[in-house]
Amino acid sequence: MSDALVIAHDLTKRFGDFTAVDSIDFEVQPGEAFGFLGPNGAGKSSTMRMIGAVSPITSGSLSVLGLDPVTQGPELRSRIGVVPQEDSLDVELTVAENLMIYGRYFGLTRSVIRPRIEELLDFVQLNGKRDEKVDKLSGGMKRRLTIARSLINQPELLILDEPTTGLDPQARHVLWDRLYRLKQDGVTLIVTTHYMDEAEQLCDRLVVMDQARIVAEGAPADLIVQHSTREVLEMRFPPGTQEENIAQLGGLAERMEILPDRVLLYTPDADSTSSEAHARGIRPVAQVSRRSSLEDVFLKLTGRSLVE
Amino acid sequence: MNTYLRMYEREARVYKGVWRGSVFSSFVNPFLYLIAMGMFLGRLVDEQTGGVAGVTYLEFLAPGLLAATAMQAGAGDSAWPVLAGIKWQKTYVAALASPLRSRDIVIGHLAWVATRVALVSVIYVLVAALLGATGLASGLLAVIPAVLTGLAFAGLVSWFSATLEDGIGLTNLFRFGIMPLFLFSGTFFEISRLPDWMEPIAYITPLWHGVELTRAVALGTEPPLGRLGHAAVLVGVIVVGTALAARQFEKRLVV
Repeated sequence: MSDALVIAHDLTKRFGDFTAVDSIDFEVQPGEAFGFLGPNGAGKSSTMRMIGAVSPITSGSLSVLGLDPVTQGPELRSRIGVVPQEDSLDVELTVAENLMIYGRYFGLTRSVIRPRIEELLDFVQLNGKRDEKVDKLSGGMKRRLTIARSLINQPELLILDEPTTGLDPQARHVLWDRLYRLKQDGVTLIVTTHYMDEAEQLCDRLVVMDQARIVAEGAPADLIVQHSTREVLEMRFPPGTQEENIAQLGGLAERMEILPDRVLLYTPDADSTSSEAHARGIRPVAQVSRRSSLEDVFLKLTGRSLVE
Repeated sequence: MNTYLRMYEREARVYKGVWRGSVFSSFVNPFLYLIAMGMFLGRLVDEQTGGVAGVTYLEFLAPGLLAATAMQAGAGDSAWPVLAGIKWQKTYVAALASPLRSRDIVIGHLAWVATRVALVSVIYVLVAALLGATGLASGLLAVIPAVLTGLAFAGLVSWFSATLEDGIGLTNLFRFGIMPLFLFSGTFFEISRLPDWMEPIAYITPLWHGVELTRAVALGTEPPLGRLGHAAVLVGVIVVGTALAARQFEKRLVV
């Protein structure tokens, strides 16, 4: 017996002829932050909705907190929290009213909800906005309120579907910090994202999804070791000269990716590769040496970048 | 706590925040009709014909207008707010991530609509009684069939709204559905005045049954199908509308 919180086996979701999720397997362990990384349309949200018991599975099996999402939906939903892609708040109500209403959906009494509202507003740093109409909040504040709302029932498992899409960098960092704290408190997180930095920041373990399938699985650092080199040298050439330059790059790196605007050279040591290239008389207009990232893993596995 | 009551509470709270916006359509419009048509046009009607169906035109109109007002309130509350919950703001979608089910949302919504229609109807009756358009006791009793009328439309319109992708369908529903019903379902004149080919159309619209039953209760008369007959039609429409709406919510949101 596995004590995993979520166990999916051969999990499949079809909409008519379209297969959104194609026979995937994964397990989420208690207390971990588990990520689904992939481009839009990879099947991440469909998977989230099945886990959240708002979308019946087409075939395979899925168990969440030991429950069957199809037959035990209400019980399962009472024990998890969901941060949907869109905030879906009651915009004409105040911040506190949104939390009160949502708490009532879970059958909690007002006297239980009231102190939780204060705690949660503290937690997401919205105390000053308690009686403000949601309409008046910024995008980052609405997102934080949606997170507070998802915690009103003190869930064991929190599902976040693209939690920071559309937020500015500062708002993203505030959010990551809050999610990190939740994890410290023992809440299991499942996060979907198409940002590799988000996946690297938040996730202990992740699966990379592409075209309805899982193409890789592991800890972010392990995935990079497995599928990429230690470093990457990015070179940008004057317009129209990329091809002739590429001809001279042969043998410089373990692997080369040619993007429309630049060339990526995969190598254990970007600086020495750069010197070698220079010695060959190659003169890029710009170049960057960096560590390999999940983006490189994705690029290798699918031949495409994550955010197009 | 019954799960649908949780959605009822949400709808009530949202309404508390926006009731001012609906004051005109829900409360003021009916009185303008009652005064313009019932009192002033009614005087002309009474002078020419000696009243309608044995009562003054004002007394004839008041219960019909009560049923028609209930229809508009029930339909209006189940049109744009429902589409917003499903599509624009997705608040019903958010509710489905909680233990609530589609049917809890539909029943909670309709229960709230019933409350609001009752509220609108009672205020209408109080003012109509002040104007001498209806007796107070019989008028208040007529609130019951008015609520049935409002619910009959609320169920069907909730279902229809849940099939739509944008608000154009709703604008058309009110322009080509609700407005003609308002004018031609016996509110302002007996439908026997309609051309013969139009009469059967009136029979199949829930509003006609609502108007007949509300008027019968207010005036103490016996309607064409009997009180139980009309009530049975209205209850039937409510049951069918609610079931269709719940099925459509599930089909649309739990996929």
